[in-house]
Amino acid sequence: MQLDEFFVTGDPLIYGADVSIILSLIGIIFVLTKYKKWKWLWNEWLTTVDHKKLGVMYIISAVLMLFRGGVDAMLMRAQLTLPNNEFLDSSHYNEIFTTHGTIMIIFMAMPFLIGLMNVVVPLQIGARDVAYPFLNAVSFWTFFMGAMLFNISFIIGGSPSAGWTSYVPMAGNELSPGPGQNYYLLGLQVAGIGTLLTGINFLVTILKMRAPGMTLMRMPMFTWSSAITCVLIIFAFPVLTVALALMTLDRIFGAHFFTLMDGGMPMLWANLFWIWGHPEVYIVILPAFGIFSEVISTFSRKNLFGYKAMVYSMVVIALLSFIVWVHHFFTMGADASVNSFFSLTTMAIAIPTGVKIFNWLLTLYKGRIKINTAMLWSLAFIPNFVIGGVTGVMLAMAAADYQYHNTYFLVAHFHYVLISGTVYACFAGLYYWYPKVFGHKLNETLGKISFWIFVIGFNVCFFPMYFLGFAGMPRRVHTYAEDTGWFELNAVASVGGVLMAIGFVIIVYNIYYSIRYAERVKTGDPWDGRTLEWSTPAPVPYYNFAKIPDVHGLDPYWQIKKEGKQELDIEEERLEQIHMPDNSGVPVIMSVLLFIAGFGLVFEWMWMAIAATIGVIVTMIMRSFDPDEGHHVEVEEIKEIERNVRRKED
Amino acid sequence: MSHDEAIDPNQPLEFQTEKSRLNILGFWIFLGAEIALFGTLFATYFVLTGRLADGPGPSELFELRGVLIETFILLTSSFTCGIAIHEMRRGSRKGLMIWFILTMLLGLGFLYFEIEEFIHYIHEGASLQTSAFWSAFFTLLGTHGAHVSLGIGWMTMILIQLARNGLNSTTARKAFIISLYWHFLDVVWIFIFTGVYLLGMVM
Repeated sequence: MQLDEFFVTGDPLIYGADVSIILSLIGIIFVLTKYKKWKWLWNEWLTTVDHKKLGVMYIISAVLMLFRGGVDAMLMRAQLTLPNNEFLDSSHYNEIFTTHGTIMIIFMAMPFLIGLMNVVVPLQIGARDVAYPFLNAVSFWTFFMGAMLFNISFIIGGSPSAGWTSYVPMAGNELSPGPGQNYYLLGLQVAGIGTLLTGINFLVTILKMRAPGMTLMRMPMFTWSSAITCVLIIFAFPVLTVALALMTLDRIFGAHFFTLMDGGMPMLWANLFWIWGHPEVYIVILPAFGIFSEVISTFSRKNLFGYKAMVYSMVVIALLSFIVWVHHFFTMGADASVNSFFSLTTMAIAIPTGVKIFNWLLTLYKGRIKINTAMLWSLAFIPNFVIGGVTGVMLAMAAADYQYHNTYFLVAHFHYVLISGTVYACFAGLYYWYPKVFGHKLNETLGKISFWIFVIGFNVCFFPMYFLGFAGMPRRVHTYAEDTGWFELNAVASVGGVLMAIGFVIIVYNIYYSIRYAERVKTGDPWDGRTLEWSTPAPVPYYNFAKIPDVHGLDPYWQIKKEGKQELDIEEERLEQIHMPDNSGVPVIMSVLLFIAGFGLVFEWMWMAIAATIGVIVTMIMRSFDPDEGHHVEVEEIKEIERNVRRKED
Repeated sequence: MSHDEAIDPNQPLEFQTEKSRLNILGFWIFLGAEIALFGTLFATYFVLTGRLADGPGPSELFELRGVLIETFILLTSSFTCGIAIHEMRRGSRKGLMIWFILTMLLGLGFLYFEIEEFIHYIHEGASLQTSAFWSAFFTLLGTHGAHVSLGIGWMTMILIQLARNGLNSTTARKAFIISLYWHFLDVVWIFIFTGVYLLGMVM
């Protein structure tokens, strides 16, 4: 292979990216060296098994990926603003919509939510960490390395270009030669390991590590949504693992699962992909529902309306999510009875989702509503998500879908559910739980400005796309002729896109601004919260709870406060030693080796893949022989930490 | 509470600490994910049945004798693995290790016959690249075989730890978890035996 085949050449945009990547790398290395922070980075972050720090790293990575996916989106809007535009050629455009979709779903939405789960779930259930802290670090690092593997494709070897759904034969060797599609397969495979482990880890954590007295029906709604999400992950992700492995065998080892020749069946890929893919969209929406439930309940100053109905509706949604996958390809040759079945199951999902919408509305009803940024995102979610949901029911009608399929109507629909569902929830959760982790709130003024700009921008960007769909504009085209009449609405959409980008920049600036200037919160409970995470000081001590609280009902912290106690009593004489897990460098090393193995397979350099795989096995053996007994936090140390955090409050 | 090492002597050795109980439950859930994984591979295999291109079909190549030997060996290994855990419950480290070594030897025997079978098929012109059917066959069987190989390597590590550290709640838990894994692979093989071989020979 020649060097100019290895690196992507010939496009000024890519050269710009090369330069910026090299400059930022040099910058990071320089800063770390100058301030002697390498050791700190290794000890405090790279080897940590603390769920809160892992959560923070998840969220930072997700914000970076939101930036990357957002840049892709802006490039697409720039290309589509004018008819017959020649800003991007068709193959470059294909790469960009492929990486945009893949990154936003797999490397932005899921990690953002899993990051919030990491930070919040153990605190909400009164636990000191997750069930398997080491595995939690493996989860993060495999996700991170998978994301990096996918992301380097645009400067080394070329990006995948067959869409995030990677339908064959488009994604096969004949039509997608070269390493691009391999990056998709291996990047997702490596990251998928981490997601599966997270599912198992958090399910066991939620089932087994709740504080005494917290029965299942006393769990906070976000914890419930996380538990159900974990079940979806556990049963959906192995399907993706297999699908990716089969396509890898097709592309690299000459198998015939999805090929056009020798008995292969391209539709098998579409089925496997969406058997995972549909539960996947619920994996990114159920935790969002959980976040909105927490935020709306807290700032309506009422307990959640219809708690049980909320739980059961999520369970029903989760079950239905496994039997709707064919609605993604009604037009691809299934007969009428099959389409009718999947049409009905799809429409049925609107029922439990509708139940949830009414529950949120009734939680707001007669509440003493406090408007702040987290609440604004939650309030905007309701109408926007209803638009997305109703158009989803339109798409669910198989006969009508022949008109909507593969048009901008569909693009508008799924952005309405994924942005106003998942992305609004990520922002709401970020503003809501930020003070818990960092000890200061994000600035409200900047928060509200960014909220209005982003939400208005979102609606300006995507609402016109419904009409572009009615006007017949297909998705995934890189340009259109002038006489199609699609120019005006496309131009409007691009204006909305720019507004969203401005909103995003303000949100990021707000983080910087608040770190520098925001007033530090004096208590661990800045919002007058209801659930156990607010009973801990902010920032939370690394062992979370000096004493595990007893739970006597729903919204336990609210109960405690109603009984007149401001804090959970820490009776010093009753403190006991706390057992905590040790840090470990194995997860990050193992994940780097997985990255190298994946990279070797991408370029079909078998020596590299085999050597790195042996390395992975060695790290697993090292782990097996590590006694990993953890360590004890002595009572004196706990007393000192607790006195310090509480002194600050006085 | 969570990572408490308090020992509960009323439980079997492998369940005595909270960490052990969590790990064993987590492994059961992992096996749930493994069911989804093998379920997908079986579904793929059944969907691609009969898609032979110009290659040979299963009824031409499958031979009952080799398959029966493999089945017999693997089922016996599940039995010896069960006895190993029984010995562990009796507190006998030696018994546990001997039966585990027997289990591993049976596992190696299974792999020997399986690889021999694969080589035979490839000589007869049926490989991963021949047709969709054989791609699915080799992937399903190969995934199972890779699991068996991994299990043998894993069991070796646990045997070394048993020899070095003796039988305690940690090594007992590890031995118990690999026994779950080993029995699971046997269950998968039952489905392979009936779904792939028996059906393949009659259809």
